[in-house]
Amino acid sequence: MAGSAAPLERTHAVPQGASAPVIDVRGLSLTFQTADGPVYALSDVDLQIADGEFVSFIGPSGCGKTTLLRVIADLERATGGSISVNGMTPEEARLKRAYGFVFQAPALYPWRTVGRNIDLPLEIFGLSKEERRKRRAAMLELVNLSGFEKKYPWQLSGGMQQRASIARALSFDPKLLLMDEPFGALDEIVRDHLNEQLLQLWAKTGKTVVFVTHSIPEAVFLSTKIVVMSPRPGRIIDVIDCDLGPERPLDIRETPEFLKIALRVREGLRAGHSYDD
Amino acid sequence: MSTTSIPLVGAARPGLLGKLWRGNVGPVLVVVAAIMVVWYVAAVAMNWQGVSERFARMGQDASAGAVFWQTMAEDRPMLPVPHQILVELHKTVLDVAPTSRRSLVYHATETISATLVGFLMGSALGVLLAVGIVHLRTLQKSLMPWVISSQTVPILAIAPIIVVVLGSIGLRGLIPKAIISAYLCFFPVTIGMVKGLEAPDRMQRDLMRTYSASTAEIFWKLRLPASLPYLFASLKVAIAISLVGAIVAELPTGAQAGLGARLLAGSYYGQTIQIWSALVVAAACAALLVVAVGLLEKAVMKAMGGRP
Repeated sequence: MAGSAAPLERTHAVPQGASAPVIDVRGLSLTFQTADGPVYALSDVDLQIADGEFVSFIGPSGCGKTTLLRVIADLERATGGSISVNGMTPEEARLKRAYGFVFQAPALYPWRTVGRNIDLPLEIFGLSKEERRKRRAAMLELVNLSGFEKKYPWQLSGGMQQRASIARALSFDPKLLLMDEPFGALDEIVRDHLNEQLLQLWAKTGKTVVFVTHSIPEAVFLSTKIVVMSPRPGRIIDVIDCDLGPERPLDIRETPEFLKIALRVREGLRAGHSYDD
Repeated sequence: MSTTSIPLVGAARPGLLGKLWRGNVGPVLVVVAAIMVVWYVAAVAMNWQGVSERFARMGQDASAGAVFWQTMAEDRPMLPVPHQILVELHKTVLDVAPTSRRSLVYHATETISATLVGFLMGSALGVLLAVGIVHLRTLQKSLMPWVISSQTVPILAIAPIIVVVLGSIGLRGLIPKAIISAYLCFFPVTIGMVKGLEAPDRMQRDLMRTYSASTAEIFWKLRLPASLPYLFASLKVAIAISLVGAIVAELPTGAQAGLGARLLAGSYYGQTIQIWSALVVAAACAALLVVAVGLLEKAVMKAMGGRP
């Protein structure tokens, strides 16, 4: 993702004094009542995410990683414990448009061109036409889609569509980017490529990113912190700091440091019975 | 590898006729031809008894050949043959001034105006009901059963009541017919539009929630555009039954003009050829209206970036 997008330079990455965590989760639990009895999606989860971090949630299906992300986004409500996002409740944070959300699928509206899809949040937030045009151009450049503004989603490949959806999530410059298995549906080659681009984009913008995945290499490659989760009940098994430095070529995945962290993630998953039948 | 190229079978550029034949025209013509054959055979068979009895009454000993030809030339046959209808159509469409009461163009215009007004009223009502039903839970519970039961009332029973009631308050002519059309055609629009407005998937709706979008914004930017394919499918059904509604409204009410009036007059006087001509015109009108809605759909879908 070449080119610099002026409005997105590290404007907020400077910590304001002893910065409070962007996301502060304490004793959080969420129980779904179903016909077959309660399902403990999240149980007693504690987690702090600081400004500018890249945090991955990893675990098998049913471990509550997506649920936890949706609680942060106020798309689900916790049934116990406390959570704050930017020092507010998730609902207040959502109403203040504090985060951009990237879904498992691009979820582009098929009747809008790529440009107008990126425009969607800007229209809703009531930005002026001129401001929207500027942001749109900057975003398209940021995700390497300049020249595709007038194309419809079906004219783009899956990877390009997901890049457009990332541009849409970043268009209103939220501090926080929430990503729910954004590359899960893409093939490995495209995924590698997008991982590299996402890393560059993160370095350039200094956003706080919360990233849900079930790929160990993806989590280790991208994150500064890996949260290993396990199912029944959904809980955190291990939190692994993982700073491989700012420069991460794809080859880094063959280095001993990388493999060591990957091993620790796998051990965490095993300890959480993630590999049991 | 040999260098001689093998000519592809059927790769020759087709002429105009060939192109038409490969499109819809070929199959349609085959079906039309088959219908014509069945029609002529049926007409001869159905008219045979009447013709031979008449020859017998007149004391003539007609040959089978004479009876055969006469079955296709009756004034009031049980079933007229296609070329009799074509002659009648030629007479009532082309030979008479379109303002004349004997012109089918005049009658068709009368019916189509009522159809279009009814279609617009019915579609607007259908869309409004759907919007209400989708947004208000109470409406969904209270209104939907009425919407469905409205369609179980036979329109033939209710049409004269509507016409008489409206007539007593001074509404005559086009409006009562349009109302009966609207009564029939709002239903598929409501059903299709409710489905369409609820078509956006969870992700598309969650996206709007992450923007804290208002109900109005969700409607205009997500629900409405997502519903349009469903709306057009419903509109095609609606415009066809709207025409049925207008014709039915003309039947029991002694309307002076319109295809329904023409059908009724034809059946009073046993003018089967006249009835069939009116039927053919009605069918042509229905086809024309459905095609018009289809073209509108195509244009709208193209503007919305639909896959060609």
